[in-house]
Amino acid sequence: MTLDEKLRRETEAVNVAALEVVGVSHFYGKRKALDDVSFMVEPGSFTVLLGLNGAGKSTLFSLITRLYVTRAGTIRIFGYDVNRHPGEALRRLGVVFQPRTLDLELTVMQNLIYHAALHGIGPGEAKRRARDVLARANLADRASERVRNLSGGYIRRVEIARAFLHRPDLLLLDEATVGLDVKARADIIAQVRSLVASEGIGVLWTTHLIDEIAKTDSVVILHEGKIREKGLATEILARTGAPDMRAAFVKVTGAEVQQGDGP
Amino acid sequence: MTLVAAGAPRKAFGPAQYAICMQGIIWREALRFIHQRGRFISALVRPLVWLFIFASGFRAVLGISIIPPYQTYVTYDVYITPGLMAMIQLFNGMQSSLSMVYDRETGNMRTLLVSPFPRWYLLTSKLLAGTAVGILQVYTYLAIAYLWGISPDSLWGYLTVFPALVLSGLMLGALGMVLSSLIRQLENFAGVMNFVIFPMFFASSALYPLWQVQEKSPWLATICWFNPFTYAVELIRFAFYEQVDYFSLVIVVGCMVVFLAGAILAYDPARGMLIRRGGAAE
Repeated sequence: MTLDEKLRRETEAVNVAALEVVGVSHFYGKRKALDDVSFMVEPGSFTVLLGLNGAGKSTLFSLITRLYVTRAGTIRIFGYDVNRHPGEALRRLGVVFQPRTLDLELTVMQNLIYHAALHGIGPGEAKRRARDVLARANLADRASERVRNLSGGYIRRVEIARAFLHRPDLLLLDEATVGLDVKARADIIAQVRSLVASEGIGVLWTTHLIDEIAKTDSVVILHEGKIREKGLATEILARTGAPDMRAAFVKVTGAEVQQGDGP
Repeated sequence: MTLVAAGAPRKAFGPAQYAICMQGIIWREALRFIHQRGRFISALVRPLVWLFIFASGFRAVLGISIIPPYQTYVTYDVYITPGLMAMIQLFNGMQSSLSMVYDRETGNMRTLLVSPFPRWYLLTSKLLAGTAVGILQVYTYLAIAYLWGISPDSLWGYLTVFPALVLSGLMLGALGMVLSSLIRQLENFAGVMNFVIFPMFFASSALYPLWQVQEKSPWLATICWFNPFTYAVELIRFAFYEQVDYFSLVIVVGCMVVFLAGAILAYDPARGMLIRRGGAAE
């Protein structure tokens, strides 16, 4: 490949969406979990996928990460169709799942080396990168600790650090703060926003907690499997005429939300 | 700091990256095994109980006539040693499948399945990792059996049995993988013990020569002949005495291919097995 061609392809790559979900539907038996869902995540943007429990967020997550196969619609990561080119698509993806996915029997460092191997990174380079991401997440002193001995907040922070290890271009986090106390939640959000700012990668942050949204974020509201609203947080507020995002959510979904149990 | 533009084309994985991935999966399985000392001890105690107690008791009343690959009459503990080697692998294969069910329930399986390497390669690596752990257990057992006075005709037997252990380990591990895709919850694993492990072990040539079974119970002998575990035992038995039982070799390789294909299909997202077995929480 010539230098010109390389530059052209890199420029093209920058111009495509980090994540493109087009007309995706999904069924569990006869129940429709997702109904013609379409939205985009731009490179370098922080996009919040907001919805109540059962809205279809985790199903969408499983489709994007190819745990489920997309039968209706298309999902592309930096232009690579997840069904047709899963390897190329998944290489660009860093994922933090809602359930804990670290091996409790291994140490933090061993978990990171294992993850690196699953992305073709050898142990030497993996250790170097692991020390780097752990230091940036203020976890350097936890490297040799068995995961079983860590608190929920620390486990989550390690998972986020791990997601950066193979230098993804797009980061997916599914309800990353569920079950954590207020301080741990704030720490994790700050950690992700800080890493995203320094790395310049796209983020899809799924949550049912309204206070995790910043004014500069892009927001996609998913309710009962359908997209009800999408755009910058400020745009959604302007369009709905709602005083805050909670009111905007209630307005576009018609959901009755009690204080403290959702958006 | 990222060195390339976001989403820019990346260099394709070469053989070195594939090797790193497989090495990592085997390394993790070995680490887990080392950390679970109870698993290692119970994996050894089980065949040793058979050898030291069961076989010793029967040794006094039971001798095995000359049947291939033996050149002479052998004592019962010598006869059942290959069967116990296969038993270690059978239990290890099922333990690996239990571990996969556990990984699925705890969410750890997702770490593996979102790797950019092909799904078939990840599962094959996982299978090799389980087989490697099983072979380690077999050789530890053989070292103890040696002190008990049980060894092959020459030390070469320890080497020639290795490929047989690899093939039988892969076959039984692949069977375990298929089962892991069928088990909905960890609690259901007891059923595997009752309906898979024990019938496979007892209805085989592991504990008694099939010609003797044929004399006493032809229908049981027929079941034994249809049991793939019988061929794993015989492949190991012959290899331990530096011989090849080609018929067993063909059956073991054939079953291994079928079971592995089944496991790959079961874990293929397009087949939907993962969806029904808790691939993601809604």
